[in-house]
Amino acid sequence: MYKILKAEMLAENIYLMDVSAPRVAKSCLPGQFVIVKIDEKGERIPLTICDYDREKGTITIVFQIVGASTKRMATLKAGDSFRDFTGPLGQPSELCNEPLDELKKKKILFVAGGVGTAPVYPQVKWLKENGVDADVIVGAKTQSLLILENEMEKVAGNLYITTDDGSYKRKGMVTEVIKDLVQDKGNKYDVCIAIGPMIMMKFVCLLTKELDLPTVVSLNPIMVDGTGMCGACRVTVGGEVKFACVDGPEFDGHKVDFDQAMKRQQLYKTEEGRAYLKEKEGDTHNGGCGNCN
Amino acid sequence: MEVDVLKRVPIREQDPKVRATNFDEVCLGYNAEEATAEASRCLNCKNAQCVKGCPVAIDIPAFVHEVKEGNFEEASRVISKASALPAVCGRVCPQESQCEGKCIRGFKGEPVSIGKLERFVADWARENNIKPEPCKEKKDKKVAVIGSGPAGLTCAGELAKIGYDVTIFEALHEPGGVLVYGIPEFRLPKQKVVAEEIENVKALGVKIETNVIIGKSITIDELMEDEGFDAVFIGSGAGLPRFMGILGETANGVFSANEYLTRSNLMKAFDEDYDTPIKPGKKVAVVGGGNVAMDAARTALRLGADVTIVYRRSEEELPARVEEVHHAKEEGIKFNLLTNPTEILVDENGWVRGMTCVKMELGEPDESGRRSPVVIEGSEFEMELDTVIMSLGTSPNPLISSTTKGLEVNRRKCIVAEEEFGKTSKEGVYAGGDAVTGAATVILAMGAGKAAAKGIDAYLSEK
Repeated sequence: MYKILKAEMLAENIYLMDVSAPRVAKSCLPGQFVIVKIDEKGERIPLTICDYDREKGTITIVFQIVGASTKRMATLKAGDSFRDFTGPLGQPSELCNEPLDELKKKKILFVAGGVGTAPVYPQVKWLKENGVDADVIVGAKTQSLLILENEMEKVAGNLYITTDDGSYKRKGMVTEVIKDLVQDKGNKYDVCIAIGPMIMMKFVCLLTKELDLPTVVSLNPIMVDGTGMCGACRVTVGGEVKFACVDGPEFDGHKVDFDQAMKRQQLYKTEEGRAYLKEKEGDTHNGGCGNCN
Repeated sequence: MEVDVLKRVPIREQDPKVRATNFDEVCLGYNAEEATAEASRCLNCKNAQCVKGCPVAIDIPAFVHEVKEGNFEEASRVISKASALPAVCGRVCPQESQCEGKCIRGFKGEPVSIGKLERFVADWARENNIKPEPCKEKKDKKVAVIGSGPAGLTCAGELAKIGYDVTIFEALHEPGGVLVYGIPEFRLPKQKVVAEEIENVKALGVKIETNVIIGKSITIDELMEDEGFDAVFIGSGAGLPRFMGILGETANGVFSANEYLTRSNLMKAFDEDYDTPIKPGKKVAVVGGGNVAMDAARTALRLGADVTIVYRRSEEELPARVEEVHHAKEEGIKFNLLTNPTEILVDENGWVRGMTCVKMELGEPDESGRRSPVVIEGSEFEMELDTVIMSLGTSPNPLISSTTKGLEVNRRKCIVAEEEFGKTSKEGVYAGGDAVTGAATVILAMGAGKAAAKGIDAYLSEK
């Protein structure tokens, strides 16, 4: 059993938990993910690691209610436990493999959308700890769905927040902020890292390709085991079929076949489920509804 | 009960029409009377050939003799000296090519049903709560076993029996490996059989830690350097699915057999109380002809699909056990033999709508000795489908080999290990089962686990 030390609601349907998982906390790096399973009957849910504390042996996860298992997970409180919690899975972010002095010369732009803010956070934090200030754009549908603002403020170089409905800070999509920074202000970035709903990553990539800005995306496709066994997470990158769980989850965004990836995410969604998600969450639900493309 | 010495006592099975709609076990097994009668057919050969056919060398004539005498507890003791998983082996071993294939009775009549007798004894022992005794003299040496499938469980059990402190590390959330995620409930009941046999291994003193992915959560080098393990056995199996590399394979509705079976078996998607979904499909093609293909086909059938096996060679070359093919046919699985897919057809929403195939004929034998299939020109045709399950075999996961210093692998990514005792290129590290051979059988993996336990004992005794 893996004990929950902290549980809080960050926004409607979005939850944060600190979970005791010493083996994972000891070996994980930014960019990797875990699989959690609430109980005997629960699904195996892949979640990108949001933060970790090697000394306390804890992992921070952020998830959104999208199905039966996540709905039950949302009812857990501090002191409750997950039956299963495994990882770290996938490859660490490429940033972690680069020599620090090389990295320090780079200008990095992060683009986070919705719950995607959670996996962006540990990367920005890791860079900050290693003396690199990165610019971060965070997009949310509306102010009440914006998460981790204070945390991000502490670790980001410049933080740009935008909401689709203009209820907080600037109004508009993250792509408009990228255009402002790169085209109007003339900021030069060496790499862009975009994590969020599939549809957001698709449009960020279409834009950054035009801007000639290399872009890394983190995919969160359907998977079962997370170790390369099932092949459910097949994604076409540069014409080659990859398994997101072991080859990713991060890929060169300019090479990902997003249209196919979005179709594959619809696989297990029922018509009712899709309609519900569209009504409840609009485009902040990580592209899983099948309606958002 | 009257016995015709040339014929087996028939085994009771669920009616094919009934079982095609449920996940209960197909074979119902012998009762005590039937088992005793079948055991009486054994010739009790002095130079028993059956034992030579058994990868773990169970003293078959001895246990069959005890069954004949009605001493079922003693029979179970004889088996458990050699095998940690008799209820599993009695169900899934290919006996026809092993013990029963060598049975002298088989020259004139039908061989003794050794597998069904083993199953009877194991089930009897479980129902009568016969547990193995843990070893009293503990050795002060720690062994890590990676993977809790047949190879790992056997190796761990053997080492615990002689007093080693053994911990099994399992990547998934349930122990059992392929016995749990791969082989379906209707062939191998999970709670009744697999979980109980694992409990027996634990009763020997073996600890099992689930949710630990060696190579990710911790490496073999760290296990040995930081956690004090004196030796390691790698029994991590062959879990990576193969795909054909044809057009349309990433469409919605194309699954690896691993995914389809894992959803149904490990995640229990066939049971509505469980959260994990499965798309059973209405018209399903399973590509491949091995036991896994039969398992996937029969699972899809039970979930309500119309199922066809598509295999590129003829019936004679089907790698699946004859019994499995027979059961599949009885249940209504269709076979499209000498047929090879060339493209999966996809509709405008990204879902499978069919598959283009070509007919094949058998040409000259290839290096495996099997006649290789050759395409018949102009034989292209379409199958109308909504689901395609690829069951083309699996290969070992490189997670461990790529993160362990000095561990040699061959070009197929299989770990190189000496056959006799499973010794690898790295000191103190042994390996066996599918991780070494590529996908094979439960019993061969058990044989390798047993051999490696001997190797590890010899190594640690000298150290």
